[in-house]
Amino acid sequence: MTNPVISLKDATVTVPNGTTILNKMNLDIYPEDFITVLGTNGAGKSTLFNVISGDLPLTSGSVFHDGEDITPVPAVKRTSFLARVFQDPKLGTAPRMTVAENLLLAEKRGTRRTLKNRKLTSEKLEHYYELTKTMGNNLEDRLQTATGSLSGGQRQALSFLMATQVKPGLLLLDEHTAALDPKTSDQLMAATNHQVKDNHLTSLMITHNLKDALQYGNRLIVLNAGQIVLDVKDEEKAALTEADLLKYFVH
Amino acid sequence: MSIIVSSISQGILWAILGVALYLTFRILNFADMTVEGSFPLGASTAVAMIADGVNPFLATAASLVVGAAAGLITGLLYTKGKIPILLAGILVMTACLSINLRIMGSANISLLDQKTIFSLSFLNDLPKYFDGVVLGLIVIAIILSFLIWFLQTELGQAFIATGDNKVMAAAFGIKTDRMTIMGLMVSNALIAFGGAVIAQNNGFADINMGIGIIVIALASIIIGEVAFGDLSLNQRLVAVVIGSIIYRLVLLAVLQLGFSTNDLNLISSIILALAMMVPQARKFLKLEKVLHMGGKAND
Repeated sequence: MTNPVISLKDATVTVPNGTTILNKMNLDIYPEDFITVLGTNGAGKSTLFNVISGDLPLTSGSVFHDGEDITPVPAVKRTSFLARVFQDPKLGTAPRMTVAENLLLAEKRGTRRTLKNRKLTSEKLEHYYELTKTMGNNLEDRLQTATGSLSGGQRQALSFLMATQVKPGLLLLDEHTAALDPKTSDQLMAATNHQVKDNHLTSLMITHNLKDALQYGNRLIVLNAGQIVLDVKDEEKAALTEADLLKYFVH
Repeated sequence: MSIIVSSISQGILWAILGVALYLTFRILNFADMTVEGSFPLGASTAVAMIADGVNPFLATAASLVVGAAAGLITGLLYTKGKIPILLAGILVMTACLSINLRIMGSANISLLDQKTIFSLSFLNDLPKYFDGVVLGLIVIAIILSFLIWFLQTELGQAFIATGDNKVMAAAFGIKTDRMTIMGLMVSNALIAFGGAVIAQNNGFADINMGIGIIVIALASIIIGEVAFGDLSLNQRLVAVVIGSIIYRLVLLAVLQLGFSTNDLNLISSIILALAMMVPQARKFLKLEKVLHMGGKAND
């Protein structure tokens, strides 16, 4: 049996007013898992992500990465193995920097940045051209454009490429297609699925779209009141229907 | 003629402040009030040292260190102490008033008969006011080269990204607090250095010389942007220098109209306010045009 990339052991988060948002959650994420995460608002999906990324400290319990306890490791250090795409297209890119500059910046994820020249060479640009072309939304023609003037779909596609160009140990997709129109959203979802499979990425994807949750990934979890109420994979997941899932959406 | 040369020389020397403030105001996206303290801090440090017989170049270099220290304190108050940046800057600025009095021992020191960086023999051979132009150009060229080099390094790019999008920068492992502190240190080091150079050009340091300088520095940034429009980052830095010269020439024109030097701060504020309203005015005028044409608007 392979070892999990990330494990949560009795992960609990209680906010100052006494509400428990994550309740003794146990979760093992295995290499090449593509897990879709479902749950009502307030079920703890975002908290789960923030706990894994280190943006939110655990009240009790622990987080392991490759068997190592990383509970006290700050968010900025975890970026060496962790990448994230946010729901808001504005959050994932630097708006006044060009597409190429953003990609270059992302290449150094989690490493020391020194006084060496950034080296935005023509070979780099060619590589970026090929890379952005894979997203199929004309991003490749806008390498020298400030990301602030891209469309939301292009921005999210760029955010996705930035998160994955240096292969992360774990990729967190936080409703990354939710702010897009249905067509663009479908396009990015398909591209995401492609890249995750081709590059053998391990990823966790929050979504509110039941169809996407069923169609993509090899594993599906449903959260409710800070606990995992359903955790299925492979054939078991394939056999699920939207009607089955709705039963788990209880308040 | 000589008053025009004098204005150009002032414009170039004060451009140091505009370029330094650009780092915080445009790249990190906040107004750093520390500069009103670090400017006289650099001036008083350099002038007091020169009056004590220290080599003027060494004294000018020392201003970089004290300016960086002021920036460091503002940075720590802001990032670690969680004090809002405007207040953190005002606190350090106010504290500097006392520090500057301590350094100088009095409210002002004159540099009469002292050797300064303007005493270099080749500068003295130049016609009046040209010494400021020449030395100013050398200094600003060095500063611009340094910044242009720095902003193209990995660290410089991380610094720009921090100002652009803190969440994203942190998500890619950039230590945003450190970048903010670094920006404040470099910016205030350069502001203090500008204070040291300008004090030597004026021939004295005064406890009140920092009042209103943020407006002057901002004016050079905004005028540069308004005059040249869409530019690359490197070009923008050069535009600040030109903006600073334009500002001095506008000031000169206004003074020629019969205003006194006592009105300078009022005039500076009015110039800055007007320059900042130019984009709104443009929008308004364009709208008028569209209405008159009665045609369809397109963007």
